Amino acid sequence: MSTVGIVMMVHTALWRAAQVARHWAKAGCPVVIHVDSKVAKSEYHEFSESLKSYPLISFSKRHRCEWGTWGIVAGSQAAASQMLQSHPGVEHVYLTSGSCLPLRPVSELVGYLSDRSDTDFIESATTADVPWIVGGLSFERFTLRFPFSWKKHRGLFDGYVALQRKLRLKRKVPDGLVPHMGSQWWCLTRKTLAAILDDPDRPTYDQYFKRVWIPDESYYQTLVRLHSAKIESRSLTLSKFDYQGKPHIFYDDHLHLLRRSDCFVARKIWLHAHRLYHSFLTPPDGASSRTEPNPRKIDRIFSKAVERRMRGRPGLYMQSRLPWHGRENGITSGEYSVLQGFSELFVDFEDWLAKTTQTRVHGHLFSPDRVEFVDSQTSYNGALCDSAAQRDYDPERFLTNLLWNTRGERQCFQFGPNDTQDAVELMARDTHAQISVISGAWAVDLFKSGKGFDELRREAARLQQIEAEQLKILRDQWLKARVRIWTMAEFIETPMEHLQTIVDEITKGNHRHLADTPQMVDLTGFGQFLQSLKNQGMHPYLMGDFPLEPIQRTAPSLPRKPYLVR
Amino acid sequence: MRLRRKRRIIRAMRKSRELTSVQDNTNRIKEGDILLVSTMRNEHVRLPYFLQYYRNLGVNHFLFVDNDSSDGTQAYLQGMEDVSLWHTQASYKRATFGVDWMNHIKRRYAHGHWVVVADPDELFVYPFCDTRPLRALTDWLDESSIRSFSAMLLDVYPKGALDAEPYRAGQDPLEISNWFDSGNYTVKRNGTYGNLWIQGGVRSRVFFKDKPKKSPALNKIPLVKWDRRYAYVSSTHMLLPRGLNRVFETDGGEKASGVLLHTKFLHTFSEKAAEEMTREQHYATSAEYQAYMQRLKEHPELWCKWSEKYINWRQLEILGLMSKGNWA
Repeated sequence: MSTVGIVMMVHTALWRAAQVARHWAKAGCPVVIHVDSKVAKSEYHEFSESLKSYPLISFSKRHRCEWGTWGIVAGSQAAASQMLQSHPGVEHVYLTSGSCLPLRPVSELVGYLSDRSDTDFIESATTADVPWIVGGLSFERFTLRFPFSWKKHRGLFDGYVALQRKLRLKRKVPDGLVPHMGSQWWCLTRKTLAAILDDPDRPTYDQYFKRVWIPDESYYQTLVRLHSAKIESRSLTLSKFDYQGKPHIFYDDHLHLLRRSDCFVARKIWLHAHRLYHSFLTPPDGASSRTEPNPRKIDRIFSKAVERRMRGRPGLYMQSRLPWHGRENGITSGEYSVLQGFSELFVDFEDWLAKTTQTRVHGHLFSPDRVEFVDSQTSYNGALCDSAAQRDYDPERFLTNLLWNTRGERQCFQFGPNDTQDAVELMARDTHAQISVISGAWAVDLFKSGKGFDELRREAARLQQIEAEQLKILRDQWLKARVRIWTMAEFIETPMEHLQTIVDEITKGNHRHLADTPQMVDLTGFGQFLQSLKNQGMHPYLMGDFPLEPIQRTAPSLPRKPYLVR
Repeated sequence: MRLRRKRRIIRAMRKSRELTSVQDNTNRIKEGDILLVSTMRNEHVRLPYFLQYYRNLGVNHFLFVDNDSSDGTQAYLQGMEDVSLWHTQASYKRATFGVDWMNHIKRRYAHGHWVVVADPDELFVYPFCDTRPLRALTDWLDESSIRSFSAMLLDVYPKGALDAEPYRAGQDPLEISNWFDSGNYTVKRNGTYGNLWIQGGVRSRVFFKDKPKKSPALNKIPLVKWDRRYAYVSSTHMLLPRGLNRVFETDGGEKASGVLLHTKFLHTFSEKAAEEMTREQHYATSAEYQAYMQRLKEHPELWCKWSEKYINWRQLEILGLMSKGNWA
C-alpha cells in the first residue's frame, strides 16, 4: 500500500470521479470519498456499487456541501479522520475533488512526497497579502456572520453584511488564531492533519469557522499555522481562478500544456474531455521523472485570458467590447500623426514626409468629397472604402477602424477646417494622437484659388470659425493628445526646425538630419491678400501677424546642427 | 418593456395557429439537449451541409419551420429522428419575418435548453470551435452564469462572379465563398433595447456605399439558454428581457463572442433575390434585395484587394471580429 492517501470530495459527474478513484486505487493509494448528501440515494448507491470491488476505496459520512459553507469542511474532516484511522500506513493525505485529474504517474507523486516527508503543502497567506479575493470580503470573512446562502439568498446575504457593518457588529477571532487563506486543495502530513483533527480546542474552532464565509479556503489554512513544522505555501494541485473566482476549466486542447506543466494534479477538468482522461489515466511507460511542477506556461495563458476580459485590446470596438467614454483603456490601437496646414504650405508635402519617415502618409482622410487614402487608393486595409458617406456615418469609428486595421504601421494624415470635424474630440482625448497645427494655413489655398473675392471672404470666415472651434478643443485642459500649434507667421520663420521636431517624433529620433527639404509655396502677395480681407471687414487672425510686404527670404535654411554632448 | 415582451409572446401564440406539424420528434428531446431552431424556404440544397455542420458541433435536435418550400425540403427531412418539422403557407412578413413562429416553438419546446437560432446559410463559429464541441461552450456559459452569447453576422463571398462556381448539395459553402471584409464595421448602441447595432461589411461597402444607414444589421445573439418568458424582437438581433442583449462589455474588457459566417453569396443568390423581390416578404419591402440586384447587374464582383481570406476562428479573433473573452 502506498503512503499517500487520497480524500476525494464529489458532488456531480460521479462516473468520472469513479474513474479517477479507480486510477488511484490501482496505483495502491487508499481513497476515501465524500459524496455530497444532495446526491440522490439511488445515484449514490450505484456509484458505491461500481467501486465495491476495490478494497482501498471507502466512503465517509455524507454532509451537505453548499458552496461557501461549512458543510464542505465538515465533509473533508470526516473523510480525513476516516483515512487516518483505517489506513495507518498513510503518511500524506491529499485532498482532491471529483473533477481533479492526476497528470503524472502516481509513483512520482509518492516519491516526491516521501522525499519531503515532513512538509505540508498548503497555500496559506494572511488576508492582507492575497490579491485574489473576489467579492470585496477579505478580513470581514472572519469577523462577520454569514447565516444566509450567497447563492440562494443573495439579497439577505448582502443585507445582513451591510447591517453588521452599520452596527459595527464584530465577532472575535479565537485566541491564538491568525486568519490565513488559500487554495482549498492541500496535501498534509499525517502528523499535522492528526494534530488539527485531534486538537482539544477543535470544538471552539469548529464553532467559530461554521460562521466564517467560505471556510474551506481558511479552516485548514489557518489551523495548519498552529501545528505544522514545515509549511510549503503552495498547492500541489494546479488550479487557476478567473476574475470572478471560478476555476478555469481544462479541455482536450490543453493536453500538451498540461503534460509540460509537470504538475501532479489539475482541476477543473471538463466532464467530457475524453482525450485528457484517456491520456492521463493510461499508465505511461518509461522511467519516472523527478522534476518540480512548473505551471508557468499555463499561468500565462490564463492570466492573459483574464487580462483580455478585464482590459481588452486597446483601440478595438466590436460586438463584445464597446467601452463607455473614458473606459477605453487606449482609445486607438497605435500612435498616429495629424498634420494641419502642412500640405497647404509645402509643395508635395505628403510624398516628402512619406519618403523621410517611411510611414503611410494619407491626404485629407476627412475631406468632404472622398477619403483621400495614400496613393489615391479607393479602398484600404480592412476593406474600408473611400466613400465619404460611409465615413461620415461614424467618423470616430472610421478612424479607430483604420488604426486597428493598420496595427504596427504608423499612419499620418492631413487635416483641416474644411474636413469633417466629428472626430476631433476623439483625437484630442487620445494619447496616441500627435497633432501639429499651422493655424491659418487654410488661407493659402484661398489665396491661390483666384476665386471671386466675395466668395473668398465668406469661405475665409467659415474656415476661420471652424478652426477657432477646433483650437479651443485642442487647448482644453482635459487634452490627452500631444498637440503643437503654431501660427502660420510663427511657423515660416523657422520651418525646418519645426519639421525636424515632427519628423523626430514620428521616427522616434531614428532619423538623421533632414537633408532633403520640402519646397514652400510661393507666398508673394499673401500679406496683401490678408490685408484685402481685412479691408472687406473680415479679420483673419489665426495666421498671426503677417507683414504687408513680401517676406524677404531665400530658400529655407537648414537648422543648425545640434551640439553633440559626449 | 414588460408589455412589449408580453405582446411578443401573445403574438407568437396567435401566430402559432399558422403552423401545422409535419414531423414531430420532440418527444426525443432529452433534458440538457442543445437545440437549433430555423425557418426556411427553398433551402434544400444547403440542408445536407447545414445539418452535418451543426450535428458535428453537437446540436442534438433541430426544430424547423418550412415556409412553403417547393424544392423537396420536406421530403428530404422526412424520417430524420433529430428533426421536427412544421409547415406553413402564411406570410413570413406578417409573422415578423418568422420571429413569431420561432418564438412559439422555443417557448413550447426549448424551455431550459440552450438554443441556437440560425438560418440555413449561417454557420456558427465560436472560440475553440475546432477543438471543443458546442457543449463545452454552453457548460462554460452555465458555469459563468451567462445566458446569451453574441455572434455577429459576417458576410463571406467568392472571388470573382457569384455564379462562377455552382454550389453542390453537401459541399462546404466556404470552399467557394471564403472572403470577407475584416475592418469596416460600425457599432452603435440601441438605447431602447440595450443591444448593439452593427453595420458594415461587404454589403454596406458594395450595395449601400452612399447610404450606409440603410445597410442591414449584423449584430446577432444566436445562442441563448431559453426560458419560456423570453422572446426575440426582431430576427435574432435583439431579445427581451433586455438583460439578454448585454453581450458586450462597457468597462474596457472583452466578453467572449463568436461569428455567424453568412454564406448568402453563392450562385443561388440571384435566383433567390429575384424571387424575394417579387414576394416582397422581406424587411422594408425588400429594398435590400432591390439594391443587391441593381448593383450586381452593374458590377458583379464583391471581392476587393483588401478582402481577407477565411482561415479559422483564430484569425477572426486576431482581427477583432470575435473574442475569447476569459475563456481559455
